[in-house]
Amino acid sequence: MSKESKAQEFQERIDNGETIEPKDWMPERYQKQLIRMMSQHAHSEVVGMLPEGNWITRAPSLRRKMILLSKVQDEAGHGLYLYSATETLGASRQEVLDDLLNGRAKYSSIFNYPTLSWADVAVIGWLVDGAAIINQTMLARSSYGPYSRAMVRICKEESFHKKQGYEMVAQMADGTPEQQEMIQDAVDRWWWPTLMMFGPHDEDSPNSAELIKWGVKSKTNDELRQSFVDRHVQEAHAVGLEIPDPDLEYNEETEHWEFGEIDWDEFWNVVRGNGPMNKERMKTRREAHENGKWVRKAAEEYARKQRLQKEKAS
Amino acid sequence: MTKTDEKESKDTQWPLWEVFTQPRDGKPHEHAGNVHAPDAEMALENARDVYARRKEAVNIWVVPSDQIVASKGEDAGPFFDPADDKPYRHPQFYSVPRVSKRRK
Amino acid sequence: MSTQTKTLTKKEALFEYLVRLADDRLILGHRLSEWCGHGPILEEDIALANVALDYIGHAASLYEYAVEIEGEDRHRDDLVYFRNDVEFKNLKLTELPKGDFGFTIARQFLFASFSYFLYTELSEVEDEQFAGMVKKHLKEVKYHLRHSREWVLRLGDGTEESHERIQDSIDDVWTYVGELFYQDEVDEILQEHNLAADTETFKEEWKELVVDTLEEATLEVPDFDQFMVEGSRQGLHTEHLGHLLAEMQHLRRSYPDGNWQ
Repeated sequence: MSKESKAQEFQERIDNGETIEPKDWMPERYQKQLIRMMSQHAHSEVVGMLPEGNWITRAPSLRRKMILLSKVQDEAGHGLYLYSATETLGASRQEVLDDLLNGRAKYSSIFNYPTLSWADVAVIGWLVDGAAIINQTMLARSSYGPYSRAMVRICKEESFHKKQGYEMVAQMADGTPEQQEMIQDAVDRWWWPTLMMFGPHDEDSPNSAELIKWGVKSKTNDELRQSFVDRHVQEAHAVGLEIPDPDLEYNEETEHWEFGEIDWDEFWNVVRGNGPMNKERMKTRREAHENGKWVRKAAEEYARKQRLQKEKAS
Repeated sequence: MTKTDEKESKDTQWPLWEVFTQPRDGKPHEHAGNVHAPDAEMALENARDVYARRKEAVNIWVVPSDQIVASKGEDAGPFFDPADDKPYRHPQFYSVPRVSKRRK
Repeated sequence: MSTQTKTLTKKEALFEYLVRLADDRLILGHRLSEWCGHGPILEEDIALANVALDYIGHAASLYEYAVEIEGEDRHRDDLVYFRNDVEFKNLKLTELPKGDFGFTIARQFLFASFSYFLYTELSEVEDEQFAGMVKKHLKEVKYHLRHSREWVLRLGDGTEESHERIQDSIDDVWTYVGELFYQDEVDEILQEHNLAADTETFKEEWKELVVDTLEEATLEVPDFDQFMVEGSRQGLHTEHLGHLLAEMQHLRRSYPDGNWQ
């Protein structure tokens, strides 16, 4: 079969809503785009452990400490599922990790912002995980089987992540004046970076159309961003918090919240590596990797010796 | 330990293992995902920590990924279609008198 | 041994005993939680966080039972966030900085192997609530032992570098393990009522397990009769605990009136 007719058949399968599995034929570009997208997603989970991990040892109650630790641990697990899914496309974890550690791969820019107070932990759960859920619920219907299955698992496990965050946001908003001030300050700092998580406007997002055509995504960046805003503005108002956007206004006709323009200079700056924490995040990941090298080697060497011994014995 | 051993200098993320978990006693094992591990014992431990964090399993199998043999997607037709013309393998093929269950 | 505890009632002794157990697990859990996001490989990052979560969870149940026994309407968090260094009774072994992965594993194995025997004994105490809690936790303690023991074998009998690192860590930490078996009036009072374990009953078995494991790992076993530090159960700590507590407690203490649950 010619490449064109294979591609046509592939597109038909996608349009019929069929799931693509690792051993199936797929266009090279589909595979490449998926590797890029999925490994970025995996990196985001792993780098995303750091900002919240920053507060585990300082959590203000045992309950919160256990919740936070298990949440950050979940993120490691989600990174692992996603690396696994990426491996089905022939990209080993070793390779994609190298790309991250050498600065060739990206991860979500949101994690290049610092967590300055405990309230940031609450707001990350509420806003950042809230945004992630919207994105991931869509990706759970993605055309690539391993990706969509990883997403289903992640969505299931993540259902408590946003809830614990919003619970804490509500408590602090209803708390002492200091707590109220702390939580509003965190919302002020995280709102805009969270909106940026959905990526550039549709017209500036060259990958989007292609990913939608291939059934990897089913909604555009702007559509996803809008549903995030609609939901979270209401949740903010429900607990008496203000959204730091003077242009925010409800449109009765469209039944959507209209919001101000994102500072795209800031967005591109952080993407290019000039965010407040880019360098530190990468340094931390590299250090963990370097410090783990002797451990990984030791375990492999032990396994090799054991195998040799077994072979000798038999 | 020989210094010349090539493996000594190579850093890896360990080999890949497929993980199958049994959700409950009496249920079959299902594919859960995979983990990296240097050997079988570590593969079991890692699988437990990764795929049974929420007590999702009562038993775990781990298999080196390169030991899995799978049929190809292209084979789907020739491999499985023949079963299509054997309707007698399915219970819907048979009509039997309906016996209604009597409740106590 | 201290004389001031002679006057303890059974209730006071049980409170003290529970707090000692809880402090060990809270502080060690804290140290392990510092690995989260920094582990040698993703799988091990998750494994260490699991153990940390287990310890903090065990501590939470123990504190909760302690304040219930005390009956003064205190919350478990009061014990965690509003006691000072000298009021903490955890073993110095648990508060030492996390070090490299070798140190973490060395400490983890020595503590987990001890806990395994301790919890096996404690699951028989004549206090339904206490014994029930211990039985539940024992399953996890068994896993901690398995996980740390397997790693001792791999690091000990892995590469030259790993062998050296874990041997150094075992040697460094050795002076802190004698205290695992420390007992005083608190233990004696409770042992009379079958409410505590007598660590002497399993000391030899524990040594055997440690020796067997280290030897299998091609490691040298340090001298059990060397100088061992003391005083943890009286609140005498290393300088590390103060820093750990400053970090752990500062937020809660800065805003004591807030609801942080």
